[in-house]
Amino acid sequence: MAAFAGYDMPISYPMGAVEEHLLCRRSVGLFDIDHMGQVELRGPGADEFLSGLVSARVLDMPEGEARYALLLDESGFVLDDLFVYRLPGRWWIVVNASNRRADIDWMRSRAPGGVIVEDRSDDTYMIAVQGPRAVELLDSVSDRAVSVLPRFSAREMKIGGIELLFGRTGYTGEDGGELFFPADRALELWSSILEEGEKRGIETAPVGLAARDSLRFEAGMPLHGHEISPSVNPIEAGLKWACDFTKDFVGRKALESVVAAGPARRLVALDVRGGVPREGYEVVATASAGTASAGMANVVPGSKVGVCVAGMFCPSVRKYAANAFVSPEFSKPGTALAVSIRDKPRDALVVKRPLYLPAYRR
Amino acid sequence: MKIDPECRYRSTHEYARKDGSEIVVGISDHAQEALGDIVFVEMVEVGKTVAQGEAVGVVESVKAASDIYAPMSGTIKALNTALQGDPSLVNKDCYGAGWLLRMSPSKPAEWESLLDPAAYEKETGKD
Repeated sequence: MAAFAGYDMPISYPMGAVEEHLLCRRSVGLFDIDHMGQVELRGPGADEFLSGLVSARVLDMPEGEARYALLLDESGFVLDDLFVYRLPGRWWIVVNASNRRADIDWMRSRAPGGVIVEDRSDDTYMIAVQGPRAVELLDSVSDRAVSVLPRFSAREMKIGGIELLFGRTGYTGEDGGELFFPADRALELWSSILEEGEKRGIETAPVGLAARDSLRFEAGMPLHGHEISPSVNPIEAGLKWACDFTKDFVGRKALESVVAAGPARRLVALDVRGGVPREGYEVVATASAGTASAGMANVVPGSKVGVCVAGMFCPSVRKYAANAFVSPEFSKPGTALAVSIRDKPRDALVVKRPLYLPAYRR
Repeated sequence: MKIDPECRYRSTHEYARKDGSEIVVGISDHAQEALGDIVFVEMVEVGKTVAQGEAVGVVESVKAASDIYAPMSGTIKALNTALQGDPSLVNKDCYGAGWLLRMSPSKPAEWESLLDPAAYEKETGKD
């Protein structure tokens, strides 16, 4: 257990983080993610307010759809990343635990009269059920079929006899869903999903935060505070697809300048040999990087060209890998760089992201 | 937590076990459990001479990298190459297949400076 944003969080269960990761990729993982915050937005003008607040297009969303979006400041930096659900008469927004209060303050300070920004985090519990057999398992405990719902959609339904909001969403690269329900039913729902898995012979077990991190990392999903943060813009982080430049939103002008000038650095994945790259480790040039393409003849081997923002052992692809921000001229897949691990340069090859193709893209 | 009664320990959780004129070095069950899944092991090269308490390598878990210190002074005689392919052997069998290296001690009297099983058990009770 570890303290995180005011919660005691399970880092790993007795199974161990690597096995938990592999279990989620082959069957079903159950995630206790009550630390995630939920904000409800409603009232006259809420639609337009949200559209101007977040980077993604939201006004075209039908009720029951879910979409990824970014909350930016005026300079185009990422205050948080969000999952936005459009429900009948209201918006349901999932925010990161550590940004919850700042996000809500930011929203309230900009909300026009009539728009209600309500923090629903304390009365809402959130668990995720993820893995190739998650939908099959959920179908057996729900009052309507989960399997017929499209990816990135959400419905009110009963699971394990409990009225809840179900989203066919997740943060692992696997199929499955995320469940929002009254906090006092958490233990009951958690146990009934585990029991159903056992009964049906569908291997199901709790997965902790360490494996949640390696699962999302392999699948190329950003984690706020790492690949995105208040000092990172979405263009350099490869998240331009989550920005709709046909509408107005906070930070748009700043992003247009970044697009016009080209980002000063780019997020890349590095396949590292000879050690585990970790956050804060320097990325340095190698002799081969300097000769690989024209215009880099002046690069001195060993000179710093970037920094790792996350790194770990990736159990499914069996690689030691990092996400790093590097100067754009070193961002092409195939570029040979090095990561300085305990003061020694270790071979690091720029590879295509994501390392593991998420289920919804297959 | 398992404590191998044949071993002596450092308070930094390395163990040493006598095997003829050499010692086998690894990390204790308490250490592997605290570190979590071990994903990478790197030790100094065979033939290197180290002093007691000098770093002889690094064990990296899902959570963090940890230095490994020589329980006694001496020369590195062998490394457990099986850990390159499967570092999780340290988790599965830290006193057996998950050993880290073998040393030839140059100051055999240092054995007496290490914690005996009872003292190590008392030591681990503190954290």
